[in-house]
Amino acid sequence: MSHKTLTRADLAEAVYKQVGLSRNETADLVESVLETMTDRLVHGETVKISSFGSFVVRHKGGRVGRNPKTGEEVPIEPRRVLVFRPSQIMKDDIDQGIKARGGLSALKTDQAAAE
Amino acid sequence: MIKSELIDKLSRDNPHLLRRDVEMIVATIFDEIVDTLKRGGRVELRGFGAFSIKHRPARQGRNPRSGETVAVDEKFVPHFKVGKALRERLNADGSQT
Repeated sequence: MSHKTLTRADLAEAVYKQVGLSRNETADLVESVLETMTDRLVHGETVKISSFGSFVVRHKGGRVGRNPKTGEEVPIEPRRVLVFRPSQIMKDDIDQGIKARGGLSALKTDQAAAE
Repeated sequence: MIKSELIDKLSRDNPHLLRRDVEMIVATIFDEIVDTLKRGGRVELRGFGAFSIKHRPARQGRNPRSGETVAVDEKFVPHFKVGKALRERLNADGSQT
């Protein structure tokens, strides 16, 4: 059904239906898209896909954290994190799409029934 | 990197493809992701990350300038969680710049 989780294989299949290439090649191309984006992000670059959103690498300073279970202090090293900022177009599209279908709970119920 | 540069790079790496086809491939990938989320689905690209939808309930907000309260409608927002492999690559030794 339409409610299952979308994976690389589904993306490759969607691309396969759009262009006249073999399934193997479309799977490789999906991988190349993700790998190219990953490569830029690892270099600290922002990847901006218009009408979709931006993937931005942020630097987090080190700090003293605490193990919530034991209360013990543990150092948290400085690190880089990736954040995704959806475009306004994507946000509107998704909000309206889900509301038009009666909200997430309506969709989740369908999903549970389908499984 | 912006979308057109991503398309440029893929076109260079795949000289047998028409640029028009590469544009179509890239558009299809991002359209499929948005389409799935719109239907309340989840997108899981192992090693890269996962997209899901979060529900923000309706709340009483406040106009920060005038201080008056305003009703904010519920909303459904996309969320991205970075995958383990990508998170580790971002913090691999020597990647800090």
